[in-house]
Amino acid sequence: MKIRRVTNSDRMMPRAQTNWDWRAAANFVFGGSGGGLLFFAALATLAGAGFIAPGVIGLALIATGLTCVWFEIGRPFRALNVYLHPSSSWMTREATVATVLFACGFASLWFQATALILLTGLLGLAFVYSQARILSTNKGIPAWRHRRCLPLVVSTGLTEGAGLLAVLLLWQSGVPIVPFALLLLALVVVRYLAWRAYLDGLSSDGAPAGSLAVLGAMRDRFLLFGHAAPALLIAIGLTGFASLAWAAAFAGVAVVATGWQLKYTLVRRAAFNQGLSLQHLPVRGAGAPGPALKPGWPGTPGQKV
Amino acid sequence: MTRFAMVVDLRRCVGCQTCTAACKHANATPPGVQWRRVLDIESGEFPDVRRSFLPMACMHCDEPPCEEVCPTTATKKRSDGLVSIDYELCIGCANCVMACPYDARSIVHEAKFAYGDKPIASEAIRFDPDRINVSTKCTFCIDRIDLAHETGQIPGVDPDVTPACVNSCISGAMQFGDLDDPDSNVLRLLSETQHFRMHEELGTGPGVYYVWDRA
Repeated sequence: MKIRRVTNSDRMMPRAQTNWDWRAAANFVFGGSGGGLLFFAALATLAGAGFIAPGVIGLALIATGLTCVWFEIGRPFRALNVYLHPSSSWMTREATVATVLFACGFASLWFQATALILLTGLLGLAFVYSQARILSTNKGIPAWRHRRCLPLVVSTGLTEGAGLLAVLLLWQSGVPIVPFALLLLALVVVRYLAWRAYLDGLSSDGAPAGSLAVLGAMRDRFLLFGHAAPALLIAIGLTGFASLAWAAAFAGVAVVATGWQLKYTLVRRAAFNQGLSLQHLPVRGAGAPGPALKPGWPGTPGQKV
Repeated sequence: MTRFAMVVDLRRCVGCQTCTAACKHANATPPGVQWRRVLDIESGEFPDVRRSFLPMACMHCDEPPCEEVCPTTATKKRSDGLVSIDYELCIGCANCVMACPYDARSIVHEAKFAYGDKPIASEAIRFDPDRINVSTKCTFCIDRIDLAHETGQIPGVDPDVTPACVNSCISGAMQFGDLDDPDSNVLRLLSETQHFRMHEELGTGPGVYYVWDRA
């Protein structure tokens, strides 16, 4: 029996999640950029860059994201309960990392000690990783739980952080720009590879049609503005046709803007839930059992037409 | 040990929604929230069409993904297999909603009543403000299960200590009991039939079994 139509059962189809709105998305958007910025800003101090401006901005971005999500939770005045489950919850771990990060970050801004700055950078990296794990442990959202989602979210957070630092370096002199531009270029390449691998993985391993459609719709735009244009700008800067600092800064703006769009899309628009399925349609009376039914997943029986 | 589970015989379910109504009555869920629902599925292509019914609720998993992600420990799996939520601890972050592959959880952000802003008499009596802005789901009628410890009755056998949906089912499609009890009705039914658990490939170990044919 061919199953080409499923009706009167929309609840069975994967549906876009509605519980995490723009405030939750903002936590991933700002938090990833802030953590990435702290990481690369800390490394840049080893090459003579200052930490105060990127440190303040990185901490402010993370604080903005966490404030947004605080306004989203149902019981904000119980927010301290978030620390109660470190043994398995990555939301608890994110909150814990954030607490230590702010303490260490403010101390590093005050004392300007290299060890504290480097520790702040590592905590920024840990914050980015924690956020990626929050998404990947959610089994109800196939687009998040895919094993290639985590490297994509980490890589875009780091790339955005480097992009923001590229902009901030316009106001700093004495920092060698060539190696930093090459680093940003490498990160752009890595993010693109992670993005391609993620999309290919979703298509081959299976995902709700809605997720594939939303992510597929931004594919070309993300390639053009998030990777090709920044890479071209850096290449032009490296060849001497334009100021490398300015070229890297514009490339940075592009990777940040497209990274933010990616994470907003991932959290808000591409997050279709698992939907429901039947491995066998039941026997009715003296009849025969029916085939499996898993509507809303391309290549599986029962896809809505 | 005890492992409470539910067995739903899809061959018997007629989609009458009596369990849905019984659940709403037993648990006073607000409009728009169904801890128990029955999906009415039409599939196939004329003239080879088929109609099936799928009762759905929390699966009370062996490895609940909701418990793993919960940052507050509000969601807990008990030793008898039931997955519970402590409304006093929950912060309504919705991480558990995202983690559940069965669409079993709901969060209501404001009080809702059947006829506008004001509750009718029965709603006013049973309205629970602790359930606003926190995650809620099917509990397998946990109060009834806990009552069994005091009365010595057997869940799945004695109606007083059996989930309301199971009690109400007009076709006997739902059975409830202890999988670790060799004499339980659920174990007997599973041994006599072919069955599956939904999304088992995700490693959740759901505690609801669906019967689709005889063994």
